Amino acid sequence: MYIIFILIAISVLVAAGFLAAFLWAVRSGQYDDDYTPAVRMLFENEVGGGPKTDKAAQKQP
Amino acid sequence: MEAALQTNIQNCYHCGDSCGDEPILAHEKAFCCDGCKAVYELLEENNLCTYYNLEESPGLTGKKPVSEARFAYLDDPGVEAQLINFRSDKICKLTFYIPQMHCSSCIWLLENLFKLNPGIAETTVNFMRKEVALTYLHEKTSLREVVELLTRIGYEPAITLADTDGKKTTSKSRTIIYKLGIAGFAFGNVMLLAFPDYLDFTQGLQHNFGSFFGYLSILLSIPVFFYSARGFFTSAWEGIKQRMVNIDLPISTGLLALFFVSLFDILTGRGPGYLDSFTGLVFFMLIGKYFQQRTYDTLSFDRDYTSYFPVSITVLKENGEESSTAVRNLQVGDRIRIRNQELIPADAILLRGRAMIDYSFVSGESEPVEKVVGEVIYAGGRQVGESIELEVVKEVSQGYLTQLWNDTVFSKNEEQYLHTYSNIAGKYFIIVTLMVAAGALIYWVPRDMDIAMKAFTSVLIIACPCALSLATPFVHGHTMRVFGRNKFYLKNTGVVERLAKIDTVVFDKTGTLTEPSEAEVTYTGKALSADQAQAILSVLRHSTHPLSQRISESMKGSTAPVTGFQEFTGKGLVGEVNGMLIRVGSAAYLGVPTDKQKDTLKTTVYVSVDGVVLGYYTFFNVYRDGLKKVLGDLKDKKIAVLSGDNDHEAARLRELLGTEAELNFNQSPVQKLEYIQKLKEQDNHKVLMVGDGLNDAGALKQSDAGIALSNSVTNFSPSCDAILDAESFDKLSQFLNFSRKTMTLILLTFAVSLVYNVVGLTMAVMGLFTPIVSAILMPISTLSVMTFATLSVKYAAKKAGL
Repeated sequence: MYIIFILIAISVLVAAGFLAAFLWAVRSGQYDDDYTPAVRMLFENEVGGGPKTDKAAQKQP
Repeated sequence: MEAALQTNIQNCYHCGDSCGDEPILAHEKAFCCDGCKAVYELLEENNLCTYYNLEESPGLTGKKPVSEARFAYLDDPGVEAQLINFRSDKICKLTFYIPQMHCSSCIWLLENLFKLNPGIAETTVNFMRKEVALTYLHEKTSLREVVELLTRIGYEPAITLADTDGKKTTSKSRTIIYKLGIAGFAFGNVMLLAFPDYLDFTQGLQHNFGSFFGYLSILLSIPVFFYSARGFFTSAWEGIKQRMVNIDLPISTGLLALFFVSLFDILTGRGPGYLDSFTGLVFFMLIGKYFQQRTYDTLSFDRDYTSYFPVSITVLKENGEESSTAVRNLQVGDRIRIRNQELIPADAILLRGRAMIDYSFVSGESEPVEKVVGEVIYAGGRQVGESIELEVVKEVSQGYLTQLWNDTVFSKNEEQYLHTYSNIAGKYFIIVTLMVAAGALIYWVPRDMDIAMKAFTSVLIIACPCALSLATPFVHGHTMRVFGRNKFYLKNTGVVERLAKIDTVVFDKTGTLTEPSEAEVTYTGKALSADQAQAILSVLRHSTHPLSQRISESMKGSTAPVTGFQEFTGKGLVGEVNGMLIRVGSAAYLGVPTDKQKDTLKTTVYVSVDGVVLGYYTFFNVYRDGLKKVLGDLKDKKIAVLSGDNDHEAARLRELLGTEAELNFNQSPVQKLEYIQKLKEQDNHKVLMVGDGLNDAGALKQSDAGIALSNSVTNFSPSCDAILDAESFDKLSQFLNFSRKTMTLILLTFAVSLVYNVVGLTMAVMGLFTPIVSAILMPISTLSVMTFATLSVKYAAKKAGL
């Protein structure tokens, strides 16, 4: 049963690791803006000099 | 031509505005103005047309071109240094506030700025705060070029005097999140370690490992006690020092009792202690605190005139040379030049030019005021039209408007509103708790010393009014969200409670009761024939004077060619249409004798045809939609109006507000402040001030709750407790009633939490309170309070139609 000491030590360490990760995330400002990154990830990465397609032009009356 | 107009009104490809009669056609697209076209071409050239694919017509109108010379002051190293957050050999970093940002296209374009200017290394947008963090290489480009680029594509950053007040310490309060994280971590782990205690078949486990679990729990709880829970202890201590009892005092005694009893139990091997309850309580109460602290990131509630005033101004030297000077360094006697749309930063005398000062923000005055050479122009006005020259007569901080901020109201820190419900409840709580605890002690000491100590400490523990302390932040936090959905933004949750107690409502007139962008134009005099009306309209169309534009907007019909058009500054217009000589202007210009002038208090414009005065136009305020309804609903409160304007609308206002309302006209900003002060101190009223302009800033600050009315919430609004979107003005009375209702909800939530406290107390005095009872009672009570608060506010909001 003494394995429980090791198991609990490991579990607390893992939890502490997550706590550290959380504190780091807060400190590095990841919780400051919860809107823009969600929009930003939807932008397509464009390769410079690509063909100038203009989809919106067709929407015009 | 007309058919085409009706069937095919084109909207600008760039900004979406109507293109009017003559769209500018280029690149197979229609534009409303050259400004929009130029932006499109710039983006197209740089292969940035994705901008238009993300959202339809995302642009900002380019109709108001700004002179780029305006940004000359940014070349000044002093100004630059004040704006920049970080500077190294190569790069500079700074953050701009860009109020125009409104859609995902904006984010995309602003984050692709480096394609337009290779000197820009990186831009990161924070959409909620409407901020752009920008890094540029100062060898390749300059701050001025960056700002000019932003302005050219329509995103002019708001650079104001406040930005140069020294580095803003962006104290984004992350502390509460750290505290929450640590408390949550400890809570989870301690609960896991405490769990075997509560089950029968793990008794053996507990026997072998109990002390190990106990010591580990202590280790985990120590940071919670010293870091996460510190706020409660300090707040209670502050209260004691001021001889006040606040809600944090009973909380602190409860937490102290919990922690030390647990420590004692574990170290002496008596039992497992209550550390799971302790960490859990701190965690839940921090959630409540977090709710309480939340506010709207995008809105700024603490602005003073410095957020409105420009950073620098053009000063004319004796030899006529122009130079940029920081507004703060402006001295009495300096000659300054103000261009179109620029703000006058200090009280000054007009030396040259035709001044049309738009005081709309300062006084809410809807019409630009004309000033002649030699008149004093007060700071805060915006020049419309040609550039003018002025001589400064007072320093910026000593001006008619700005001296308002020298009042003590502004230097005082935010008053702590100690008489909140929960603090009053806290006072009774601690008294009752101590009495019950003493009672238990007296009863048990002669019988059983052990039970006596146990009963005493458990009373202190169970009486910890955590559920009580959660009730207020949860009810108010949800109320704030309900209001936010209805475009009424509160600075913090405490405002709800202050709104609930209001018994007097004071309105500013212009811009608050009236619609600032509209004025009713009425014509009095001999009836105009169709020809005459057309002729007058034709002449008016030639003038850029705001009054001419107002009148011509109110008239319909086509125009005819005008010959011999002339405009006389401060007087009026003249022009010939179809052989009729039309003159439009002031009474003096048309030679109307003073004794025959009517409505002299109002703005009047006279017209004459072939030298015969036919009549005059007058301008009336247009009252906001729903004003009648709001005033009707506020019948039970005392109503007053403070206006900086003269009393020509007194009769109309009296009719609207009823006979009991107090009407005060010609009020200066300081007088408004003093009026509120008088209401509060002499008559002991709880005053709500509703205003919109800088001149109301003092009154807003002085009142118990100040609401700034704004047509666009991201625009400048004076410092206040809440910002109300003008669209929702008609709901004002509903908001007040709902705030009052939430106080009943809080009382109900108190009742719910009291049930648990009574059950717990009964067990405690009988000496039956054990860790397992605490572990069950504590989460149930907090969770049920949270749920009850959330659901009841939702239900009440639905019923109130908000």
